[in-house]
Amino acid sequence: MTDDLADLYRELLMDHSRDPRNQGVPDRIDRRAEGDNPLCGDRVTVLLELEDGRIVDARFDATACAICTASASMMTERVRGLTIAEAARLFGAFRALLTGEPVPGADDALPDPDLGDAAALAGVRRFPMRVKCATLPWHVLGDALGPQAGAGAGA
Amino acid sequence: MSPFDVHAIRRRFPILERRFAAGGGPAEAPEGTGLVWLDAAATSQKPEPVLRAMDRFLRTSNANARRSVHRLAGEATDALEGARRRVAGWLGAGEDEIVFVRGTTEAINLVAWSYGRMTLREGDVVLVSEMEHHANIVPWQIIAGERGARVVPVPLADGIAVDLDALERLLAHERVRIVAMTHASNVLGTINDVARITQLARAAGAISVIDGAQAVPHGAVDVRSLGADFYAFSSHKVYGPTGIGALYGRRDLLHSMPPWQGGGDMIRRVSFSGTSFADPPQRFEAGTPDIMGAVGLHAALDFIDSIGQEAIRTHEADITAHALTALAAVPGLRLYGPDRPRSKDRIGVFSFALDGVHPHDAATVLDTLGIAVRAGHHCAQPLMTRLGVPALLRASIAMHTTRDEIDALVAGLDRVRELLG
Repeated sequence: MTDDLADLYRELLMDHSRDPRNQGVPDRIDRRAEGDNPLCGDRVTVLLELEDGRIVDARFDATACAICTASASMMTERVRGLTIAEAARLFGAFRALLTGEPVPGADDALPDPDLGDAAALAGVRRFPMRVKCATLPWHVLGDALGPQAGAGAGA
Repeated sequence: MSPFDVHAIRRRFPILERRFAAGGGPAEAPEGTGLVWLDAAATSQKPEPVLRAMDRFLRTSNANARRSVHRLAGEATDALEGARRRVAGWLGAGEDEIVFVRGTTEAINLVAWSYGRMTLREGDVVLVSEMEHHANIVPWQIIAGERGARVVPVPLADGIAVDLDALERLLAHERVRIVAMTHASNVLGTINDVARITQLARAAGAISVIDGAQAVPHGAVDVRSLGADFYAFSSHKVYGPTGIGALYGRRDLLHSMPPWQGGGDMIRRVSFSGTSFADPPQRFEAGTPDIMGAVGLHAALDFIDSIGQEAIRTHEADITAHALTALAAVPGLRLYGPDRPRSKDRIGVFSFALDGVHPHDAATVLDTLGIAVRAGHHCAQPLMTRLGVPALLRASIAMHTTRDEIDALVAGLDRVRELLG
């Protein structure tokens, strides 16, 4: 097996894709969004429970590849407890990790957000054709959070 | 070039010289793994004579066709009309029955917007099959929606071929004006019984529109013996360039049809009190055509004939038989499509699922081995729904495919299962 491939399908990714966390529905569905990648047919639904502008619970349902499923699992794990603005900023950092572009707002003196398990998706960077697989759940999350999530998650 | 020598043929395709660093990454590597092109159903690779013909045209004869009186304009016009004659001969049609279009998709849109718009009335039906490519569904939905008509799918028998009994029943019970079906499926590889389909359509007073995009690269097509009223194909799937394709339309039908796009080339006389239109095929070719593409398509058809259609079919049948046997031995692999290799029943397109592995992940692993396959819904979402799968892997062969490449695919699938299964 080659290094790029090993780095892509590392243990943590395969663990999240074989045994995805946070599938199903939250106690209360405050926000719901669905998105697909028309190129490949992958489809992701994100369900959120919010309280006082904070994500109390995040759940998902996906018909998707290992990268997309793992990304949704890692994302829902990581964004629980975050404010909408924090989640949006995290998406910016995640996208930067995958594309090699600078983190949006990196000059505002805040430390780069901690991506948690999602940092394990860095290997996707070597496979530009697959970046959209990893970012799809985050785009859907951005849609669920609405315009408040700002440019970091909505684009 | 006889007898058929696949290695000699491979040398005519420059892209097959590409090498990739083993294990992926974008880097070029002279000693790396070779390109295994098993995505021929998406597009074919281009042989040297096609590249040379287009280059030569642009270097020596480039001009707009059918306009000026200078010598180059004459050469460009000859090139375009020579290509039209070549395509007409290829399909067994008259040259005035060949309309140049961008590809199969545009050809079907042309028929929908011109013939469909002229003919369809409230309550009329357009029959398509469950295995159609989106290109043979969506144009009909748009035009049917505008005219108050309906698009009704004809189911498949065993998920493999158009159910002819169901087709007959629908033709008897609905007011069907148009039967739009594919000659060969881009997912299943099935070759439909087009002669029978067009016969049933005609008997019911409907016209037939046949999508030949996948069939034309793999065997001789004669539109008259098929009984097709319209037949479409794309150059880029028959070893020619992208950007051009051809629509065959029965002469009397083309003459009865209004233009669908207006502009230069398609007129007889223009004035502000009224415009008259040119005869077919010019009536349907507004604007400057893709002359360079026509030259490339012409060269591609010459190239195929220089090797021999029968020889290519025999070779592809051998690769198909080998592939079906090899794939059947892969644990956890489910093939969708005819499992017998008879070349009258199927083309070399193999769609399959691997237990527990998503097609995109498998395709990425194969890509790192230099093996290009398609993964996804193949622009046939209704068929995916019918088969109950979100996506499939698809390997598709060409005249230059070898048994070794099929073996490389199977070894690659072992690697996929090792890594992701």
